[in-house]
Amino acid sequence: MASINYDEKIPNNVDLAGDRRLQRALEGWQPKFLDWWGEMGPTLRTTSVYLRTAVSVGRDGWAHFDQVAVPDYRWGIFLADRDPDRVIGFGEHRGEPVWQQVPGEYRADLQRLIVVQGDTEPASVEQQKLLGLTAPSLYDLRNLFQVNVEEGRHLWAMVYLLHAYFGKEGREEAEGLLLRNSGSPDSPRILGAFNEQTADWLAFFMFTYFTDRDGKYQLGTLKESAFDPLSRTCEFMLKEEAHHMFVGTTGVDRVVERSAALVREHDTLDIAPCGGIPLDLIQRYINFHYTVSLDLFGSETSTNAANYFTAGLKGRWQEARRRDDHRLTDDGVHVQRPGADGTWSADELSALLALNLDLRDEYIADCETGIKRWNRILASAEIDVRFALPHPGFNRAVGLHSGHHITPDGTIVDEATWRAASHRWLPTSEDLAFVRSLMHPVTERGRIASWVAPPRNGVNGRPWDYEYVYLP
Amino acid sequence: MPVSFDAHPRTYRHWRLRIEDDLAWLVLDVDEHAGLSPGYELKLNSYDLGVDIELHDAVQRLRFEHPQVRTVILTSGKPKVFCAGANIRMLAAAEHHWKVNFCKFTNETRNAMEDATAHSGQTYLAAVNGPCAGGGYELALACAHILLVDDNSATVSLPEVALLGVLPGTGGLTRLVDKRGVRRDLADVFATRPDGVKGATALAWRLVDELAPPRRFDDAVRHRARALAGPPRPGARGVELTPLRRTETPDGLRYDHVTADYDRAAGTVAVTVHAPGPDDEDWPLAMTRQLDDLILRLRVNEPELGTWLLRTAGDPAAVLAHDRRLRTRDDWLTSEIVHHFKRTLKRLDVTSRSLVALIEPGSCFAGPLAELALAADRQYVLDTDGDTDGDTGGVTLTLTEANLGLFPMGNGLSRLASRFWGDPGHLDLLALHLDTPLAPARALELGLVTDALDDLDWDEEIRLVVEGRAALSPDACTGMEANHRFAGPETVETKIFGRLSAWQNWIFNRPNASGEAGALARYGTGRRAVLDRKRV
Repeated sequence: MASINYDEKIPNNVDLAGDRRLQRALEGWQPKFLDWWGEMGPTLRTTSVYLRTAVSVGRDGWAHFDQVAVPDYRWGIFLADRDPDRVIGFGEHRGEPVWQQVPGEYRADLQRLIVVQGDTEPASVEQQKLLGLTAPSLYDLRNLFQVNVEEGRHLWAMVYLLHAYFGKEGREEAEGLLLRNSGSPDSPRILGAFNEQTADWLAFFMFTYFTDRDGKYQLGTLKESAFDPLSRTCEFMLKEEAHHMFVGTTGVDRVVERSAALVREHDTLDIAPCGGIPLDLIQRYINFHYTVSLDLFGSETSTNAANYFTAGLKGRWQEARRRDDHRLTDDGVHVQRPGADGTWSADELSALLALNLDLRDEYIADCETGIKRWNRILASAEIDVRFALPHPGFNRAVGLHSGHHITPDGTIVDEATWRAASHRWLPTSEDLAFVRSLMHPVTERGRIASWVAPPRNGVNGRPWDYEYVYLP
Repeated sequence: MPVSFDAHPRTYRHWRLRIEDDLAWLVLDVDEHAGLSPGYELKLNSYDLGVDIELHDAVQRLRFEHPQVRTVILTSGKPKVFCAGANIRMLAAAEHHWKVNFCKFTNETRNAMEDATAHSGQTYLAAVNGPCAGGGYELALACAHILLVDDNSATVSLPEVALLGVLPGTGGLTRLVDKRGVRRDLADVFATRPDGVKGATALAWRLVDELAPPRRFDDAVRHRARALAGPPRPGARGVELTPLRRTETPDGLRYDHVTADYDRAAGTVAVTVHAPGPDDEDWPLAMTRQLDDLILRLRVNEPELGTWLLRTAGDPAAVLAHDRRLRTRDDWLTSEIVHHFKRTLKRLDVTSRSLVALIEPGSCFAGPLAELALAADRQYVLDTDGDTDGDTGGVTLTLTEANLGLFPMGNGLSRLASRFWGDPGHLDLLALHLDTPLAPARALELGLVTDALDDLDWDEEIRLVVEGRAALSPDACTGMEANHRFAGPETVETKIFGRLSAWQNWIFNRPNASGEAGALARYGTGRRAVLDRKRV
C-alpha cells in the first residue's frame, strides 16, 4: 500500500499522505464508493466529460477543467483554509476558541448532523441517475455530470469528517451512507424528499434551484459551527453548491425563455402542441418543488435546532451579520398558525425554538429572487402571466401547516375543496406524462431540444456548442 | 378535573385494537392534540397518562373479552416512528406526585403485559417499525419478543440519561440486564448514548431479538406471531367488561361491592369491600374491577388522603364459597379472575399510602379478602372475647389455601411467606389453621395481626394510630412502607418498583433534573442544563 500516491489519486489539503489512520479508513471505503458509483451513479456511459476538478482550495485550484473519463474522476478532500484566530460566534460557548477535535459531550449530535447532511449528497446522484439518457444538449449533459461528481465529492467531504474525527463508529456510518439508497424500499435515504426520483429535466432544474438551495442554507448553518473542521468543509462545499444552483437558475431561465418565445411566436398560451412547456405547468412545478423543499427545513419549532445552536454546533445563516446577542435566550418571534376554524393566529415563540423558521425565512427571500428573474423574462416578452411562490403553508407535510389544507394564496379551506382544486396547483399525472414526452436526448453538437433555449455562455470560456461530452 | 380510568376501544383516541382470529393488533397512533392536560402536543407517538389508560384497558380486555387471542402484536400506526416515549413537556410541567403516579401506573401496565404473556398465553410481540426511543423502547422491552425493522436508520434508544438527566422510568434499565441479559457494560454504553443503536448492533447486544428489512417486515411479524402463539384455548368465549357503575361525591366513591368514604380532616379513606349477596355470581370479577378502579382513582386524584383504613363487611361464607371456586375450577375465566385479583393486590402493595386493616364484627376477611389485611402495613382486630376458633363473636379472619400462594406479590412470594420471611416454619403451623375463623387472640398469637384491642379501647386506640400516622412525614412513611412490604427475594418487578423507581424519584427531585436550570426543566428550551458536578 505504501506505493500509492495518495495526493495524486485523491487531491486533498488534509495531509492524507501523512495520516495512516485516515488512509486505512479510506482504503476500506473508496472501493465501496466506486462500486456504489458504478451501480447507483449515472446510467449513461460516456467516454469523457469536460469536468471541473478541485485540486486545491486556492482561486485556481478549485476550478481545474479537463476532459475526464468519469469513473477516474479524482474526488478530493478539501477544507477551506484554517483561521487560527477563529472563535465560536454564538451559543453558550460564544467567544471561546473553536474546536479542532469533537468534544465528547457533542459527539452523538455532531455525528448525527454530519450523517444526515452526508446522506443527502449521494441521494441526489441516485435520484438523477436516469437523466443522462434524455439530456436536451451536450452542454446540459455536462452540467448534470458536474453536479453529480460534486455531490459525490460532498459525500467524500462528510465521509472524511466521519473517518477523521469519529473513530470506528464514524467508519460504520460512512459505510451506511452507501447502504441506504434513494427510493429503496428496504433501506431508504433518511429524508423523505430524497427518496423521490427526479423524473425529468424540468424537475432537475427545479431540484437544483429549490432543493439544492435548501442544501446551501443547511451548509451555511454548519459553516458557522464551533467544530472547525466541519465549518471549513462546508465553507468549501458552498462554492460548489453555488454552481449547482446556477444550473437550476439558468435552466429554469432557459425553459421560461423558450416558452415565452413560443407564446409570442404562436400567439397562444397553449404551446404544448408546439413542443413547449406551458407557463401554468411551470408554475405547478415551482409549487411542488418549492413546498417539498420547505419541508426539508423541519418543524417551525425545533428543540434539536435550539440545542444545536446553544451548543455551538449549528448557527444561523450569516450569524456574524446578526445584530443581537447570538445567544437568543430571551428573544421571541411570532409565527402564524393555521386554525381549524379557517383563521390564522399569531403565536409567540422563543427565538431559540424557532431557528428552523428563521432559516426558512432566509431561504424564502432567496427563492423570491428567482421568481423575479423569471418574471422579468416574461415582462420583456410582453406576456402578462407572472410566476409566484405559493404561501409557505401550501402542500406541506412537515410542521405546523401539515394536516391543514391551505391554498397557494394562503386561504385555509376544507379537504374536499383543496383536493378538487389541486390539479390547478400541483403537477398532475398528465403534466408529468407530457413533460416526459418531450424528453428526447439530443447529443449532436450544436443542437438542443425543442422545449429549452440554448444558454448564453458555455463553460469556462468555451462556446455553448462545444463538445463537452464524448459518447462511446 | 379528576382523572378517570374508564376507556373503551370504541372511543380510543390513541390506539387501534384489531382482532384477527387468534391474533390481536394493538396499533399505537397517538392523536397529538388529544393530551390529557393542556400545554403539550403528543408528537411522534409520545404518550401521557391518557394514552396509557387506553393501553391498560386494551391489555385487560384482551384477556377477558378475547381469550382466543394467542399473540398480541404491538406496533405503530405512524409511518416513521414507533414511539418516542413519555412526552417530555408533559413530564417537565408535571408536579412530582403526578410524575411518580404516572410512572407507577405505566409500570403496572407493562407488568400486566408480561403477566398476560406468562399466564394467559397471550404473548406480546413488539413489531418496531420505526425509531423507538425511551419509554417507546421500554414498551417494546415489556414484550416477549422485539422485532426491529432494519432499514439502516431505525434505532432503539434510551436517551433519558444523556438528554434529560433522569432515568428511563418504566423498567428499561432493569429489563435490559435482568430480563434480556444485556451485558452490563453494553447496557452502560447503550443507556448513555442519545442516538441509540440500530440493526445488527442492536441484535448483537441483545437489545432486540430479530431484524427484518421493510419489505419483509409484515411477513416476518406474522411469521413470528404464529411462532410465539401460546397454547390454544378451545371453546373460550370472552366475557364483556361492562362499564363500571360508580357514584362519585365529594365525600366518597361507591361501587356495588366496594365503598370509600373520605375523611379529609383526618386525611383518611375508609375502604370497605363487601361480601357477595346470594345472587352475585360474578362477584369476584366485579369486586376486583371495582377495587382496582378505586385504587387507581384514589392514588391519582386524592394524594392528600394518606391513610387507607381497609375493612370488609358481609357474610364470610359467601366469600369462602367463591374462594373455593377460584381455587378449584379449571377454566380460563377463573384463571383470569385470579390473576386480575392478584394484580389488584399488587397495586395495593406498591401504593404510597399507609394501609391499616381494621378487623371488626361483621367483617369477612376470608380467603381472597384476607389478602387485603395481609397487604396492610398493620392489622388491628377487635377482641370480642369470642375465644374459641370457629366462634369468634362476628369477627372474621379466615385463611385458606388461597393465602398460601394463589396471589403472589411482586417478589414471587405469598403475603404470608413475606410476612414470616424470618420464620419459614411458621407457614407450616398456619397451614394447620386453614378454613376456620380465627379468634382474635389466636390471630394475635399466630402473628396475623398487630394487636387485638377490646371494645373499650378500640375507638381510642385506633384514633391514636391514625392520628399518629398522619403526623409523620408522608415521604418517610412511603419509603419505610415500601421497604417493609417486600421482604425476601428481588425480582424484576421489585427492582422496578424499588430500586428503579426510588432512584428515579430521587433524581426527579434533584436540582440537576428539576431545578430551574436542571436537565428535565431545560429540555425543549434549547438551553443547556447547569449540573452540580458533585457525586452524591
